[in-house]
Amino acid sequence: MAQKLHKGLVLLSVACLSLLLSTPPGDAQAEYGDVVMNKYSDDAGIRPVVFPHWFHRVRFRCKVCHADLGFKFEVGGNDVNMLKIIDGEYCGACHNGEIAWSVENCDFCHSGVPGTPTQVHESTLQKLIKPAGAPK
Amino acid sequence: MLTCYQPAAIAGKWLPLEKDGLHDTSNPGLKLLQSPAEALANLPPDNAGNQVNWHKAMEQGLINPRSSLSGAKEPEILDLDILMEDTRGALMVLFPHKVHTQWLDCENCHEKLFKYETGATPISMGDILNGESCGVCHGAVAFPLTECNRCHKIPREQ
Repeated sequence: MAQKLHKGLVLLSVACLSLLLSTPPGDAQAEYGDVVMNKYSDDAGIRPVVFPHWFHRVRFRCKVCHADLGFKFEVGGNDVNMLKIIDGEYCGACHNGEIAWSVENCDFCHSGVPGTPTQVHESTLQKLIKPAGAPK
Repeated sequence: MLTCYQPAAIAGKWLPLEKDGLHDTSNPGLKLLQSPAEALANLPPDNAGNQVNWHKAMEQGLINPRSSLSGAKEPEILDLDILMEDTRGALMVLFPHKVHTQWLDCENCHEKLFKYETGATPISMGDILNGESCGVCHGAVAFPLTECNRCHKIPREQ
């Protein structure tokens, strides 16, 4: 009886999770894992950055950025700014005109809809804990 | 049960950047960026996340992501499965180090997220759903948390 009840609870939790995850918080339907970075962009009058994980993981394993370059596994947890990038830190380790396009191509990274909050798009955290996705 | 989950992009139907609602369509640079379909359509399909089985894509040599910026370094692979038995009513979890070390360094997980000693780190679905523990990646970039049976797959002996 207790085991049946437990199984029922597990199934119920799964059903709730599926239902919750099936409802996007905003209208945007971009790729799973796309990261919007908007710590400074809106205030600086430039579009927020959209970082596509899917594009980068085709070319680099997670460890290159998350171990070697020091990107923490936390959205908003990395203080990335243009000064550091130009100085070769964070994105600037590649985006220097040698490995990948250099920083004068502002529009390639700063490509998000203005007002979009910092988020990992389509993430469980975004959908269940800190719903964000619609413009501010 | 999970068929009611409709991911944003269904397999083979990745939205172009100008239609995904996240990219600014007035951006003149947008047309120069690669579209997801162009990059992902030829990779092994999946029914969750980016609709790509990233593990198979690497195993089959369809992608060969670098292990260092220069690409000179080989990944250090550890082929060691860990069975997590204390999963209450759910199937037991089998954690494969192999696929994780193909993408990650030991230091990405140890010991900030997990102690080296088996069983020494409490793990709960509550934490995972909250973006901690396994949920740092699963539910953000690695396969999402709707895919219960990819981790919970070992039946208990009756």
